[in-house]
Amino acid sequence: MPFVSTGSAIPSCPAPIGATGEVLLGHGSGGKLTAQLIERRILPAFQNAALAALDDQAIVPFLGPRLAFTTDSYVVTPIFFPGGDIGELAVNGTVNDLAMGGAAPLYLSLAFILEEGFPLADLDRVIASIRRSAERAGVAIVTGDTKVVDRGKGDKIFINTAGVGIPMQGTRLGSSEVKPGDAILLSGTIGDHGVAILSVREGLELEGDVRSDTAPLHGLTKAMLAASRDIHAMRDPTRGGLAATLVEIASRRRLGIEVDEASIPMRDGVKGACEILGLDPLLLANEGKLVAFVPEESAGRVLEAMRRDPLGRDAARIGRVTAERPGTVVLSTRLGRERIVDLPAGAQLPRIC
Amino acid sequence: MKYVDEYRDRKLADALRVKIDRLVTRPWVIMEVCGGQTHAIVRYGVDRMMPADGGRRVEIVHGPGCPVCVTPLEMIDQAHAIAGQPDVIFTSFGDMLRVPGSRVDLLILKSRGADVRIVYSPLDAVRIAKENPRRRVVFFGIGFETTAPANAMAVHLAREDGVRNFSMLASHVLVPPALQAILEAPENRVQGFLGPGHVCAVMGTSEYEVLCQSHRVPIVVAGFEPIDLLDALYSLLRQLEEGRAELENPYTRIVARDGNLPARALIENVFEVTDRKWRGIGSIPASGLKLRPEYRDHDAQHLFDVSAIATEENATCISGLILRGLRKPHDCPAFGRQCTPEAPLGATMVSSEGACAAHYLYRQGAGAATGAA
Repeated sequence: MPFVSTGSAIPSCPAPIGATGEVLLGHGSGGKLTAQLIERRILPAFQNAALAALDDQAIVPFLGPRLAFTTDSYVVTPIFFPGGDIGELAVNGTVNDLAMGGAAPLYLSLAFILEEGFPLADLDRVIASIRRSAERAGVAIVTGDTKVVDRGKGDKIFINTAGVGIPMQGTRLGSSEVKPGDAILLSGTIGDHGVAILSVREGLELEGDVRSDTAPLHGLTKAMLAASRDIHAMRDPTRGGLAATLVEIASRRRLGIEVDEASIPMRDGVKGACEILGLDPLLLANEGKLVAFVPEESAGRVLEAMRRDPLGRDAARIGRVTAERPGTVVLSTRLGRERIVDLPAGAQLPRIC
Repeated sequence: MKYVDEYRDRKLADALRVKIDRLVTRPWVIMEVCGGQTHAIVRYGVDRMMPADGGRRVEIVHGPGCPVCVTPLEMIDQAHAIAGQPDVIFTSFGDMLRVPGSRVDLLILKSRGADVRIVYSPLDAVRIAKENPRRRVVFFGIGFETTAPANAMAVHLAREDGVRNFSMLASHVLVPPALQAILEAPENRVQGFLGPGHVCAVMGTSEYEVLCQSHRVPIVVAGFEPIDLLDALYSLLRQLEEGRAELENPYTRIVARDGNLPARALIENVFEVTDRKWRGIGSIPASGLKLRPEYRDHDAQHLFDVSAIATEENATCISGLILRGLRKPHDCPAFGRQCTPEAPLGATMVSSEGACAAHYLYRQGAGAATGAA
C-alpha cells in the first residue's frame, strides 16, 4: 500500500492516497482500494444478480444435458487498435470458442491482471467496451477477479475470460467428425485483424483502412446449424491464421486438405500490406471469421445461410477434404500450380526485401 | 489488386509456358540471384513450368540472392556481442532475428533481457536513438544494393541531426562481383542469369551490360510476379537458343537504365567499396560496402571493437554449394531431416528468402524425399 508523507517536521501516521489516475498496487491488496475498484468501476458495468452477490462463485440456472466450457487469455499489444480493443476481444474470443462447438454462450467470467501505473481512464474504456460486447453477444458476466502486479511485471492489462454455453441439440461438432469429401467454407475475408494490429504496433502508415474483424460469431453459427445440423466441425482461425487451422486438422486427423488460393476472400488493404511486408495472409490472425467443414450435400445450404448473415456476407467455399496425401494442406495457386501450406517455425518475421 | 493480379494471370502464364516449350531445343541452366525471386518461383511453381523432358531440361538454380543467407557467421556473432551489452538497443530487420550465430540468435538474447527491436526502416532506428539519448542504438545494416540507400540515408541523417548515439553495423554486399565470381569458378554450370529487378531499380543496368560482354552470358532483368518471371525466362531462353549474350530489360515499369540517381549518389556519399566475405562462398574482392571513414562515429564495428571475433562455418552444411548453383536443397542429406527451419544447420535454411527454406516451406522438406516435390 503506498503512503504519503505529510511533509512536516512532526512525525505523523501516513495516510493512504484515495484517488489517483493510475492503478496502484493497493488496488490488488484486497483492501478498501480493491473494493472501490470493483464497486465503482466494474460492478456498475455488468449488472446482474449473480455478480452482484459478490460471492466466491456464481450460482446460475442451467438447463441441458451437455455443457460447453472454454477459457482464453488476452494479452494483445496495443490494447486499443483500429476496429476494437482488448476488452472486445476478451468477450468475442471466448464467445466464439463456444460458438465453434455449436453452443449458445450464456455466462462469462472476467479476470483482470493489471500492471501498477495503468491509467484508470484506460481501464474504464476497456470495461465499457467489455460491457458493450457482452450486451451485443447476449452473455452475462457473472463472476470475476482482479489482481495487480508491480510495474514492469505485466504489460498494462491482461484479461482472462472463461465461458459456458449450451450446445444446440442434435449437433455433433468436432475435428474428429471431419471426413474426406467435406466441403470447406470460410465466412469472409482473412487477415484483417493481423494487419490492423501490425499497422499500429509497427507504426506503419498503410494506405486503406484495415480494421480488426473482431465480432461474436454465435449468431452466424446458429443460422448455419439451423440450415443443417450435420456440420462436422467449425473453427475460428485466430492465432496462426487459416493455415494453422487447416494444418492442425489435416495433421491431427491424417486427412488431406485442398484449398484454392483464388477463392479465399481478402481485402485489398490486407493484400497490399502482405505484399509490402512479405507476410503470408494465410498466417495472419482473424478474430471474427470461421471455417466450417460440411458434408458436400449440405454445403450449398450452409453457404447460403452464411451469406444471409452480415458476418458471413463474403462467405466462400475454399476447398475440400480428401483421403489423399494425409496430413498435408495443398494450395492450388492462381497459376494452377500446387504448393504445400505449412506453419513457420516461430513468429512470422517480415522479409528484408 | 491492381498492378499485382494482372501479373498473376493464369491464361497469360499458360500462354508463356507454351511459348517457352516451343522455343527450347536443348538443356539450359539459369540462375536467379534475388531472394524475392526465389520465393516467387517456388511459391508459384514457375520452375515446374519449364520443359523437363530428357534432352531439353531447363533448370533454374537459386544463387546467392538472400542477404541474410550470405551474411557471414562472424558478422552475426559480432552483432550478438553488441546486442548483449546492457546500454545497447539493437535494431534489425525481422529476418535477422532468427539467424543463429555460433551460440545464440537475437531472439534468444532478447528473451535473456537484451533490448532487441524489429524495425521496418533504418530511419526508425534513428528515431529510437533520438528518443533514448542515454542508450546506444545500433542498426544491423545488411542487404544488397536494395537496402543500401535507406541505410545510407539513416547514417547521413544521424550525422546531420547530431544523433551521436546511433550507429550501424554495416555488412552490405554487391550483386555484380558475386555473379562474376560464380562465372569464373571452374565448376560453373550457369549459362544465363535472371537479373535482380530491385537491385537494378537502384543501380541501373550498366554493370550487367559489362558482365554480358566480358563473360559472354545473357542477363535478363526480371520482376517478382509470375508473369514477370516467365516473360524474362522466355527472353533469356530465346537469347540462349539464338546464341546471343545481351542485357535485356523487360521490367521497364520499375527499372531504368541509370537506376535511381539520387539513391546512387547517397550510397556513394556514405559507403565505400570493400572486400567482403560471403557466407558459404568465401571472400570476394570489391564485393561489399562499408561506411566511409568520415562516418566512423556512426560505425558500430569501430565503436564496439568487435572485429577480433572470427568464426568458422559448420562443415556438414552444403549451403555454399547451393548458393553457387552447384547443388539443390534436395541434394543435401540433412535437408528436412537434421536441418529444418526450426533447427537450421546453415544459412539457406534460416531466412525465409533462403533457397532451402523456400523449398521446405512450399514443397515440404521431409515429404520431398518421398516424392511430394
